[in-house]
Amino acid sequence: MSPDPAPVPPSLEVSGLAYAYPDGHQALFGVDLTVERGERVALLGPNGAGKTTLVLHLNGILEAGAGSVRVAGLPVDKRNMAEIRRRVGIVFQDPDDQLFMPTVREDVAFGPAAGGLRGAELEERVMEALGQVGMEEYAGRPPHHLSFGQRRRVAVATVLAMRPDILVLDEPSSNLDPASRRELADILRSLDVTVLMVTHDLPYALELCGRAVILSDGVIAADDRTQDLLCDEPLMRAHRLELPFGFDPRSVTVNSG
Amino acid sequence: MHVPDGFINAPVSAVAGVVAAGAVAVSLKGARRELDERTAPLAGLVAAFIFAVQMLNFPVAAGTSGHLLGGALAAILVGPYTGVLCISVVLLMQGILFADGGLTALGVNVLDMGVVTTVVAYALFRGLLGVLPRTRRSVTAASFVAALVSVPAAACAFTLIYWLGGTTDIAIGKVFTAMVGVHVLIGIGEALITALTVGAVVAVRPDLVHGARGLAAPLKLRVDGELVDAPAPTPEPAPAHRSTRGLWATGLVTALVLAGFVSFYASADPDGLEKVASDQGIDKEAKDHAAKDSPLADYGVKDVSDTRLSGGLAGVIGVGATLVAGSGAFYVVSRRRRTQGEEPSRTEERV
Amino acid sequence: MGAGHAHKLYRHGHSPVHDLPPHCKLAAVFCFVVVVVSTPREAVWAFGLYALLIAGVTALARIPAGFLLGRLLIEVPFVAFALLMPFVVPGEQTHVLGLSVSVPGLWGAWNVLAKGTLGVAASVLLASTTELRELLLGLQRLKLPPLLVQIASFMIRYGDVITDEMRRMSIARRSRGFEASGIRHWGVLAKSAGALFIRSYERGERVHLAMVSRGYRGSMPVIDEVTASRTQWAYASALPLLALAVCLVGWTL
Repeated sequence: MSPDPAPVPPSLEVSGLAYAYPDGHQALFGVDLTVERGERVALLGPNGAGKTTLVLHLNGILEAGAGSVRVAGLPVDKRNMAEIRRRVGIVFQDPDDQLFMPTVREDVAFGPAAGGLRGAELEERVMEALGQVGMEEYAGRPPHHLSFGQRRRVAVATVLAMRPDILVLDEPSSNLDPASRRELADILRSLDVTVLMVTHDLPYALELCGRAVILSDGVIAADDRTQDLLCDEPLMRAHRLELPFGFDPRSVTVNSG
Repeated sequence: MHVPDGFINAPVSAVAGVVAAGAVAVSLKGARRELDERTAPLAGLVAAFIFAVQMLNFPVAAGTSGHLLGGALAAILVGPYTGVLCISVVLLMQGILFADGGLTALGVNVLDMGVVTTVVAYALFRGLLGVLPRTRRSVTAASFVAALVSVPAAACAFTLIYWLGGTTDIAIGKVFTAMVGVHVLIGIGEALITALTVGAVVAVRPDLVHGARGLAAPLKLRVDGELVDAPAPTPEPAPAHRSTRGLWATGLVTALVLAGFVSFYASADPDGLEKVASDQGIDKEAKDHAAKDSPLADYGVKDVSDTRLSGGLAGVIGVGATLVAGSGAFYVVSRRRRTQGEEPSRTEERV
Repeated sequence: MGAGHAHKLYRHGHSPVHDLPPHCKLAAVFCFVVVVVSTPREAVWAFGLYALLIAGVTALARIPAGFLLGRLLIEVPFVAFALLMPFVVPGEQTHVLGLSVSVPGLWGAWNVLAKGTLGVAASVLLASTTELRELLLGLQRLKLPPLLVQIASFMIRYGDVITDEMRRMSIARRSRGFEASGIRHWGVLAKSAGALFIRSYERGERVHLAMVSRGYRGSMPVIDEVTASRTQWAYASALPLLALAVCLVGWTL
């Protein structure tokens, strides 16, 4: 009989995370969140709840005041920074901030090259990442020649090229036209990577993420199946979450991811 | 305007290139010291800003409009090192990418429009802030004066370079009056735009203005119901002081080398300086260049010591005057630094 | 002053000139212009030969002559200045087209015009046959400090972005009824400039964040390198070497 395989550590383990800005304003008051390998989780919450602040703790840009963050078992601290930043791929809201090289190719190559990859191996990695988002023909183009949706996809590729354990997306569907929105959803569904998605787009969250958590007043206020959460009207109202006009979560059949 | 090829002869263009390269190298070091690993993106974005804002139309009247050069603005907003770096990068790219300014004249253009404007503006700015009351109004006023002087200063620098190696035979006095005259007017425009822009930034994000460091209201603590001043932060040890010295020393050495170079190869018949020479009682000698075609013709014939002396004297006077102004300002700055203590560091990144 | 010309010159194409490594082209064009500037102005024939050389390379690069000539318009201000010189420079007088002009002035004008024009032509040739990022790689290969090249790279990448923001601000201003027509409106324009600076700086901080998130530790990772073979260097040096030959003959005659 073969022995049981070693348990895969959760992609993300946040425990008791608290943080205050230098000017004294405290944003997180003890966040506990665990995301298992392969899950797709939506992070919901009103503006100013601390979602982006939380995200910046995941790759060590902000240092926790209290509590800890572990990525695939590795704690986030100064010694592990390079590896943490490879494991956690954050796609920020403005693709222009992330596409800072003269061509798409070089942007996607930046991450792996910073990790030491060179030559043919680097090329391969770049093409693989671009292939995952369907942007291979645009490799030689400068970023400002692409549409916004295309830039979003390339931004995702820049992070995929580092083969992360968890993909963190900050408002991935914002400013996208419906077709681009669908294209991005198809791409995210096709990826074999853990996903944490910060979003206001509740239908998008329902479509792509089987589980949703609500961050409110600096703590996790709710953690449930996305559909159940969205159907809980008092809960939604309590945290300033509202469904779009005419959208009935009960009427949607989801294949949870 | 960007100087094209052929306007300044090859040897002087080469020297200007070397001096400009030195200034850029110093700025790279200084900028890296100030911005550390954020140097590339921050300086790059500020350079992009300078590039964009140079295209902003400031209408004067009836279809004419003025434009910002940006040297003074850059120096005040991001400091002298990053400022020189940004403007130099803009000029470099304009020359190579857009054929704006000759490739051999890159050194001249960078030196003239990049280094001189920025350094003169910054020196004047800090000098003025040293004597004015520490308010935001002073920052705006100091910006105005700094930018106002920086433009004619660039014109003077250009005239000096032209005197050393200009290939046309226009009398130096005429060039000087024309250049400086026009550029004083341009300087007024530059001063106005710079002061207004600095004022606009200081009003919203004073922490981003390098020149306004130390102007934030001191923090207060509430002790037993009373508001008291927070203790002043401990002053940083010497390195900052050393760096100014380095810059000063490099500038001094380069300027002296140039002055020495000047006196050796000074042209023998510049109008205005001739007049100065004759007024001073130094005999002038009319020169007729036998080998006018050779570039060495721009360097005077070697056997007339008097004109060479007068040329050298004028060169040293010119360089010396700039040095006195600049070092005077630096002296005031270093005095202030020692008595004032460390300025608060920039606000941390916020999200 | 310094209005800044932003017309990108690159023309996509496949030619022996396009295919040369960028650092070879940069070095070749630079040396060529140095040679041109060092040529005595009295050797008028030499400049004709230089023009032929440029024309030859232009044809080889399959750049239409009209394109090159059109871009020479950048130097219009200096043409005007050059035309003034025969009237302003003192010296032996002569008559041209019924006007009294000075001989040294004519020579001076010729000198500036010829060298300036050839310089611009060479620059345009370089920029039109070399892609932006290739030019930056070439500069780096020619030992320009990598930090400087990186700053230039960001400047170019975000130059258009910032210019677009400026345009949007202008549209917003005009949509609210503001038309800048004189100096008294400079305050509003300067406020826009100030806002633009803040936005640019903050974007710089965000770009830094994005870089750090992808593993940046202070120096740019090496992604591409340019190399050149001996033959490529030989081809590139044809231009400046031929020019040098012309120049030397011009000196000895």
